[in-house]
Amino acid sequence: MNELFSFRNPYFVAAVSVAVVYFIVSAVVGLIVLPYAQAQPNFTGLWDAICSAAGLPRPTPSGEAPPLPFKVSNAVLTSTTMAHPNQQSIGRGATLAQRCAICHGPTGISRADSPNLAGQYASVIYKELLDFRSGARTNAVMTPFAKNLSDQDIVDLAAYYAYLPRLPAYHPEMRIPLPRIVIYGAPLRGIAPCGACHGSLDNKAGAPWLEGQSAVYMRAQLEAFASSERHNDINEQMRNIARTMTPEEIDQAAKYYASQPPEIVKAMQ
Amino acid sequence: MLVNRKLILAHFWLAFAAFGVALVLGAWQMFIRSPLHNWLTDPEWYYRSLTAHGTIMGYVFPTLVAMGFGYAISESALEQPLIGVRWAWSGWWLIVIGAVMAMIPVALGHASVLYTFYPPLIGNPFYYIGVVLVVVGSWIWVALMSINLRAWKQLHPDAPVPFAMFANVAGSYLWAWTAVGAALELLFQIIPVAVGLKTTIDAGLARVYFSWTLHAIVYFWLIPSYIAYYAIVPRAIGGRLYSDTMGRLAFILFLVVAMPIGIHHTFADPQVGAGFKFIHSAFTALVAVPTLLTILTICASVEIAGRLRGGRGLFGWIKALPWDNPIMLAVAFSFILLGFGGAGGLINMTYQLDASVHNTQWITGHFHLIFGGAIVIMYFAIAYDLWPHLTGRALPDLRLMRIQLWLWFIGMLVTTFPWHWVGILGMPRRMAYYDFTNPALAPQAIPVILSVIGALILLASGILFLFILARAQVQPATEAGLYRFSEAVHPPVAVPAALNSYGIWVALMIGLTLTNYGYPIAALLARHDTSVPAVYVGAQ
Repeated sequence: MNELFSFRNPYFVAAVSVAVVYFIVSAVVGLIVLPYAQAQPNFTGLWDAICSAAGLPRPTPSGEAPPLPFKVSNAVLTSTTMAHPNQQSIGRGATLAQRCAICHGPTGISRADSPNLAGQYASVIYKELLDFRSGARTNAVMTPFAKNLSDQDIVDLAAYYAYLPRLPAYHPEMRIPLPRIVIYGAPLRGIAPCGACHGSLDNKAGAPWLEGQSAVYMRAQLEAFASSERHNDINEQMRNIARTMTPEEIDQAAKYYASQPPEIVKAMQ
Repeated sequence: MLVNRKLILAHFWLAFAAFGVALVLGAWQMFIRSPLHNWLTDPEWYYRSLTAHGTIMGYVFPTLVAMGFGYAISESALEQPLIGVRWAWSGWWLIVIGAVMAMIPVALGHASVLYTFYPPLIGNPFYYIGVVLVVVGSWIWVALMSINLRAWKQLHPDAPVPFAMFANVAGSYLWAWTAVGAALELLFQIIPVAVGLKTTIDAGLARVYFSWTLHAIVYFWLIPSYIAYYAIVPRAIGGRLYSDTMGRLAFILFLVVAMPIGIHHTFADPQVGAGFKFIHSAFTALVAVPTLLTILTICASVEIAGRLRGGRGLFGWIKALPWDNPIMLAVAFSFILLGFGGAGGLINMTYQLDASVHNTQWITGHFHLIFGGAIVIMYFAIAYDLWPHLTGRALPDLRLMRIQLWLWFIGMLVTTFPWHWVGILGMPRRMAYYDFTNPALAPQAIPVILSVIGALILLASGILFLFILARAQVQPATEAGLYRFSEAVHPPVAVPAALNSYGIWVALMIGLTLTNYGYPIAALLARHDTSVPAVYVGAQ
């Protein structure tokens, strides 16, 4: 063993020197020569070159990102947000929900082209209320209601509506065939099938289920996303999708989901 | 001297049975996303199938071939019965249990994360635990190979280690070290999230860990094939190995340079600095060296066989080669596929060129050429060569074997060449369907259909392969004689200690891993703002 790792062993000497020299040369080229060859505007010198090539995060040349002209959602959702609400919370939510009934219906089923909330995922209601309260989403009717809600109120309302059974809405339409945009999306425009997030194929945290919602409401929301008037989708996923949808596709998707019966199950199950 | 034939045969049969299943899935995937089939209404089925295909072809099939072949090499090259047969069987059972445990959640759609895991996507924990069991089973093999070599060395203190065993143990050490990356990712990143102990994951760090495994694993897959080039081919075609030393050098170089290069798989990732990407790119260039050494040595060995058979002149020896011998055919096909695959690999490993093919079907074409083509065709050759010795029954029909190899060769070219082409046109990987009605994509429809035809040819070849092996089991018993490996033109008499042991090379492998991976991993470990919420497959 000692003979092996000895400078008298030509294999050891050759192997180690080749490895060391090769590493040093490639490190000098990668960490020093190449950054100098394509120097950035805020380039200050050798140490800066090494840090940037090693992948150390640095401020952008223009400093901080410019502020957006609107408020950004600060709601944080994970797959386990609001997964296990308790009975007290649901009970308090039922009392608080009386003030919502005028638009969203006494059983969480709307007669006014507002969203049906009965059986909606708790995390969805939680996020939307937080966004209405912070101003990340605005609506002439909803914003004043949400402004005065406490954190606990929001949790309770979400728990209560998620607890209610899903029922058929008051505006069911004739069953219509599945539109192509809904079932496949449009791969070339980066549109995934709606069901990839909204339930039938998979469910992503924060995405509501849509079956039986008002077609008028869904069309309005898609149009709002397309014009960026609504912008509380944190990764801009709905804005990007809605922008590339044609008006016909928006109409088809809204009508299709409105015509679907909601399953009579609770979202929490 | 093959004593534990049942053990070796169990490894090969399990490997090839799993391969058959994965091959059917692969062909199905090619078909359903081609213009010949309507778009899947549930793309999840595609990813489910893709996960099973990749997991079997990446983790189960080659690992079992390497293990079975390794046991065969240990017994026949060292001429001593395997030490630790019970342990070997427990390794085999761990792989069976692990593979079943991993495949159940995949089949149920609870782990459609692809075999490369792709955090923050998180699937059912049993999938990951099953993969871990497969790896643990293979580590038993690594230990046994080392133990068997040590026992032999004690009995033969200064003798040169037989080449096949030297290469085999080099491969096992490479696997032991390269699997550590994926093991770190699974144990410290993914499994805690999958079982619900954490809800966020550092996806960037996890991907760097995986890149530690992802490139050298290909060399682990490749090593049985390379052993076959050196230790089977010259003997099978009636020649001699041109140089024993060259062979040892090639495997030593694989051991050292296969590891510190994996970041070329993350060229498009933001969490690794451009400087380290360049360093890995430069080191990747070095893996051409052992491959070129091998091509030189094997071509020379084959030329010796051609000249021994009376071939004359500059090219006359090629004509004199035993082309009716399936092993001859297999090595020729393997080299051609390796040539194309290697040329594509030079493009992928170049930081700037990679940008134009990254995440396109070009890459899928590349690794199918290398693994499915150059490597697997030699697995076929290994099976054909070993089968009479394992089963005690002859493989009767050489013509059928030649047809099988031709089909595989043609099928692989017809599958992968159009893939490369559409990749250059920009066709992305890992998509369940493509809109071929769009004018921008319409020209890709014909090459995609061609590659489906290639997949069907491959499927036919795979079925024929299993048929040939199965039919051998019912042939009348014959004595195949002693199983032996190629002899070198100058058989090694005294080999320098450095070429007869692994100390320097394992130390260099670990040292270069530290220099090339140390900073990127440490920098990510030190930061606390790099985790993202996990996305659970099929949650809510």
